[in-house]
Amino acid sequence: MRMSTCMTWVAVAAAAVGCATTPSDSEVNAKAAQMLKASFKEAGQAKLDRLDQDDTQRTCSLYAGKALPKDVAARIEAANLATIQYPADGKLVGDWKNGEKIAQEGRGKQFSDDPQGAVGANCYACHQLAPQELSFGTIGPSLYRFGRTRGFTDETRKYAYGKVYNADAFAACSNMPRFGHSGILTDAQIRDVVALLVDPDSPVNK
Amino acid sequence: MNQIRWRLAAGVAGVALAAFAAHAPGQGSTVDEIAKYRAALQDGNPAELWEARGEELWKRPRGPKNVSLERCDLGLGPGVVKGAYAQLPRFFADANRVMDLETRLLYCMTTEQGMADADARKQLFGNGNDRKSDMEAIVAYVTSESKGVKMNVALDDPHVREMYALGERMFYFRGGPHDFACATCHGEDGKRIRLQDLPNLTTKEGAQKAYTTWPAYRVSQGEVRTFQWRLYDCFRQQRFPELVYGSDASIALTTFLARNANGAAFDAPAIKR
Amino acid sequence: MADPMKIRANVVGDSTEVKVLMNHEMETGQRKDAQGKTIPAWFIQTVTATYDGKTVLAAQWGPAVAKNPFLAFKFKGGAKGDKVQITWTDNRGDRRTDEATIA
Repeated sequence: MRMSTCMTWVAVAAAAVGCATTPSDSEVNAKAAQMLKASFKEAGQAKLDRLDQDDTQRTCSLYAGKALPKDVAARIEAANLATIQYPADGKLVGDWKNGEKIAQEGRGKQFSDDPQGAVGANCYACHQLAPQELSFGTIGPSLYRFGRTRGFTDETRKYAYGKVYNADAFAACSNMPRFGHSGILTDAQIRDVVALLVDPDSPVNK
Repeated sequence: MNQIRWRLAAGVAGVALAAFAAHAPGQGSTVDEIAKYRAALQDGNPAELWEARGEELWKRPRGPKNVSLERCDLGLGPGVVKGAYAQLPRFFADANRVMDLETRLLYCMTTEQGMADADARKQLFGNGNDRKSDMEAIVAYVTSESKGVKMNVALDDPHVREMYALGERMFYFRGGPHDFACATCHGEDGKRIRLQDLPNLTTKEGAQKAYTTWPAYRVSQGEVRTFQWRLYDCFRQQRFPELVYGSDASIALTTFLARNANGAAFDAPAIKR
Repeated sequence: MADPMKIRANVVGDSTEVKVLMNHEMETGQRKDAQGKTIPAWFIQTVTATYDGKTVLAAQWGPAVAKNPFLAFKFKGGAKGDKVQITWTDNRGDRRTDEATIA
């Protein structure tokens, strides 16, 4: 990102100016932060604190569009792994029928949404799941046969729960929201989504 | 309301869906049929109604100073509309600010026509025939006068260069409860949300294809929507707070994307779902 | 009064091809607003096209027609320079007539 900006300026200035006159990275960062705060206003349930980045967001923004160094990736994954809270009663799998509803539901957390209204995971925006649903996105991999291919085991169930809870624990800077850690889905909802993925009777595994 | 158009599409797509429902990957046909539906919509783009209304609004004396927008300088001289959109955003010395079309229009409405800022911002997004947006109509007219013109956003001014750099930073800014950035959806080739194809805005081709087709008549909205609206609605879906219309972040992003689209022929107002 | 229509008319062979874009909300009367109240129906009920004093198209529309409808049709005859008139009336009693010169 730094490189391309510098190169654009060089290209435009016909190599006469070079990188010496570009503002420092910290200057641009400071200006960007200032610009951000002044460019948004709170609406509905979306307050300005949503613009405050946590360490994961800040780091991932820095490396966006570039290769993520292995040590940075490891640090992010470890930090996010530490946030995962599995249900105390050890019950990780809920009702897949409800999981399908949560996967289909695209609302929740937008400033246009009723704060008391439905909150879903919108899985189909990015993933294929049940084969009957043709309207699926491709930002994420297909989850069709998720349980069947990994095996209907405790290990698979635990991985599925952890992944939905905090995707960055397993793939640093994942595009996937951290549904549990960020308080988007409740524990019960995560269990239902897990069921959609791992229940042998779920259409995902048929 | 849009039932005739949807019935046509359903008739065409229904056959394809019925034939492929049994197979999980029948995606090629579904997406193709939607593309055919979109092509069929090109004739008779309702955006032309907005263009006609916008031209009238541009030429009519309005506001407390009772002058027309024909004295508005969009960068090519007062009143010059032809090709104006293809060179925006740009730095305007009189306002001491880099501006896109919408911000420049707000500036001209308030300074030249004497309107209060609140009045100029009264109905930025139209909502039905009884709540029409003058801004959307004027933008439809002005942009139509750049149809066929190659995008040519210049970076010779340091203010514009700064906005470009800030826009690029903004593009990769991950935030909100969902950790979304523009790059989350628009950072890779060949991706889509549900069945909506996503342009890769980090590439020249992606930026060209996307930027040259806004503003557009959105059939689902029944309105012409401009680029300021597109950014506002993206951030809403990213779970961010509300993007301020004409804010620096919106202009920075517009500068970043418009510049990346340089070289492509502008082709709007278009029609989209 | 509603906004003007955009009409284009061209001679094609021994016919005239007419394309009309109308500005109309075309509310079905089936939708409900955010408060749950039904949004009243508001749609074009009749469309008439005349050329040389004769009706060349007469249509009865209903809520199935899209918002800001686009109508394309052909009629036999018509010469360059002549005029075609289009009139619509809606269920609120509004009407709009516009005309175009055949190119």
